[in-house]
Amino acid sequence: MNHWLAIVGMMLLTVLIRASFLVFGQRLAFPDWLNRALHYVPPAVLSALVVPMALAPGGSIDISLRNAYLPGIIVAALVAWKSGKTLLAILVSFVVYGLWRWGLGG
Amino acid sequence: MSSSLSRRALLLEGVRDTVPMLVGAAPFGVIFGTLSIAAGLSATASLGMSLLVFAGSSQFIGVSLIGAGTALPVLWLTTFVVNLRHALYSATLLPFARDWPLRWRWPLAFWLTDETFAVVEHRFRTQGSEGGQWYWLGSSLAMYGNWVLWSAVGVSLGQSLPGLANLGLDFAMGATFAAIVATQLKRRPALGAALAASVVAMLGRGLPYKLDLMLAAVVGVATGLLLESRSKQQEHAA
Repeated sequence: MNHWLAIVGMMLLTVLIRASFLVFGQRLAFPDWLNRALHYVPPAVLSALVVPMALAPGGSIDISLRNAYLPGIIVAALVAWKSGKTLLAILVSFVVYGLWRWGLGG
Repeated sequence: MSSSLSRRALLLEGVRDTVPMLVGAAPFGVIFGTLSIAAGLSATASLGMSLLVFAGSSQFIGVSLIGAGTALPVLWLTTFVVNLRHALYSATLLPFARDWPLRWRWPLAFWLTDETFAVVEHRFRTQGSEGGQWYWLGSSLAMYGNWVLWSAVGVSLGQSLPGLANLGLDFAMGATFAAIVATQLKRRPALGAALAASVVAMLGRGLPYKLDLMLAAVVGVATGLLLESRSKQQEHAA
């Protein structure tokens, strides 16, 4: 595959989406439901990425002690939820993930 | 209208208010650069993607699809869907930018990320958009410079330590997403959106063309909207 062709295509799509209303859409009205839907896109997309990563890191469901992703990601979510501090949550989760793998010898 | 001094002050305020976002994006930039090299892109192509596309999540998904040898139309469709939320940002900010010349609106649109949207929208909503293009520009340039810089760090890491991608970098991505999403779940409709999206994503694992992600997003957003309108009805009834 031509990587530069891929990148230029991604660039054009991204900039056209971002320019949609700002550059072309002065006369377009923005429906209220779409406006409200905006709030739910990040939690929906991020959970859809994270939850399979935690429960099935190799592709099939793995709820066992060998799955270090599960405790690590649960800790990341809990610390962030309790403290509101994202960076702290990531650091703590890394420690848990590392210790878990180390404790299991791999 | 605004003197060069207040322009500079507005620009710097935009930079300052974006600093927390810079800290949050930096590890992503490093991870992106490293994963991009691991996925088989050259150093220039990896940096080129950060310079030209400038959209974190679609860059991540992009390099993983390129690494897997995905066909270009699929890659582009995924980019389109993942970035579609930016059209909502574009629309939300239009009322403030309506009268600005195109030479402002095009570059500001190019630089419109999640982070800059959050900073700029908050500012305009609470303090108005007087001279706001300079504030927006400050936030944009800070995010852009930061993203390119940390991508470059990741690229050089990826080149010097070829095995780095196996050392839990994919866990870093998962932990970061989990921490971000957890802070967004204070309200019940958002929690419902997250749970519904998770269930669909689990059931749809491995569907072709990343359809699982798109389906999960649609079901999650619909669930959030439904719960929101139901809780409003209950408020009216009470």
